[in-house]
Amino acid sequence: MTDLKDLSDKIAVIGVGNTKYGNFPHIDEYGLAAQAFRSALDDSGLEKSKVDGMLVCRIPSYARMGEVLGINPRWSLTLPPHGRMSAMGIVEAATAIAAGHADYVALMYANIGRSRRVNYGGDESPGTWDPWGFTSPGAAHAMMFRRHMEKFGTTTRQLAEVSVAVRYHACLNPDAVMRNPITIEDHESARFITAPLRLLDYCLINDGAVCLILTSAERARDFKKPPVLISGFGGQETFSPSSIANFDMDFWHPAVKASGEQARGMAGVTHDDIDALMCYDNFSPTVLFSLEGLGFCPQGEAGRFVEGGTLSLGGKLPTNTDGGHLSNSYMQGWGLNVEAVRQLRGECGARQVPDCEVVQYVQATPCTRSIIYTRG
Amino acid sequence: MSYNKPLPKVDTLTKPFWDAAREGRLVVQHCTACGDVHFPPGPVCPHCLSSDQDWQTVSGSGTLEGWVDFHRAYWDGFKDSLPYRCCLVKLAEGPVLVSNLVGEAEPKFGAAVKVVFEAVTDDVTLPKFVVDG
Repeated sequence: MTDLKDLSDKIAVIGVGNTKYGNFPHIDEYGLAAQAFRSALDDSGLEKSKVDGMLVCRIPSYARMGEVLGINPRWSLTLPPHGRMSAMGIVEAATAIAAGHADYVALMYANIGRSRRVNYGGDESPGTWDPWGFTSPGAAHAMMFRRHMEKFGTTTRQLAEVSVAVRYHACLNPDAVMRNPITIEDHESARFITAPLRLLDYCLINDGAVCLILTSAERARDFKKPPVLISGFGGQETFSPSSIANFDMDFWHPAVKASGEQARGMAGVTHDDIDALMCYDNFSPTVLFSLEGLGFCPQGEAGRFVEGGTLSLGGKLPTNTDGGHLSNSYMQGWGLNVEAVRQLRGECGARQVPDCEVVQYVQATPCTRSIIYTRG
Repeated sequence: MSYNKPLPKVDTLTKPFWDAAREGRLVVQHCTACGDVHFPPGPVCPHCLSSDQDWQTVSGSGTLEGWVDFHRAYWDGFKDSLPYRCCLVKLAEGPVLVSNLVGEAEPKFGAAVKVVFEAVTDDVTLPKFVVDG
């Protein structure tokens, strides 16, 4: 059997691509994913005929996707349209390449939720607690943040630091959806959606697609751009209580801790080595939970940790440098993994983290994953 | 005016819960093999996997583990109730429930709460919670 540590630095990302982000009622998931695929192929210099692995997420039919792109891969995998599949997919593709199932895997994600008016609550996502009016992932995060406030004294002004830092990064990203700066006061005066969370604590919903192309580190040397290595990864699921969707009594702390330790151990890096963090931010509190779980600060202290611009470019731990889900684009983690690659290549212009060598991705969700990327 | 908020989808597993609520009793699923109590119900005990499950009436007392106020209605039926308060309650017997916190008392984390029953239709009674004392 393979020790996961043996896979450290063995798989690389050689191409990334994304569509424009916005409201595109006249195009479907296949059209968007095809644009992202074309863009990732162009980014890598890989010929389409070499793609022999395909992973799709939030795309209705894998077979139609293959038909649209004119590919018949040796290996394919479909993941459900949940906002926690990105790192799961990347890890699965990496292990598939290591096992010899495929040499070049294209991973594609598309979302048309903006133009089709998806709202992630009510009858769209029926649940146990509907008769009491408890619905939507945002409400679950509001409940967790209320618990964090009560247990640890975290304030909404501290929470605002997350939205403000991430929006600042979006203002430096020409492709981001939200490009007007915001302040802590703007956050505090935004309308409540589910209190204690306000509008600026919620991610965007927009259309778009993302594609990454993975191959072995050995093959990765022959392409247009320097490869970005997958140096470590770790995971831990938390399936109880699933009846309260997107919720954990302990903020997924044990799972994030375990995933972070596995990823850092496999990559052979410490907290001090991490130059930037890409943190799943469907709702702003998740970022606080992730910082605590990963051990950037003790549990209960993330509110104080983020004060004073810690997460901003130039701060101690630049986080979600593309603007994240809160302000760049709701690509459910896939966009953040692309940003990790671009930061390590030094392609990020005004939002570039200087001398960026190690980037950590994390998703604190019922399926928690963390990936550590390094320069090849 | 007829009740237009979402109603529970009653099935074989959940029917005993709703039948008991209509009688003013709060029940949780109980494993006759290992004694574990849990909610929502499942086809087997999540602890020992036994299929021998019945229902146990609980005290209706618990602690307030969190609350949120909805300012947006995801169903039209809640539009006139905005903002409304949902709560998280850990029952004295262990299981954690989501419900509504009703009454005038200010919520306090960890406060003792107790169940009250609100008949919303002829068939459906919702267990809700109030601050106890």
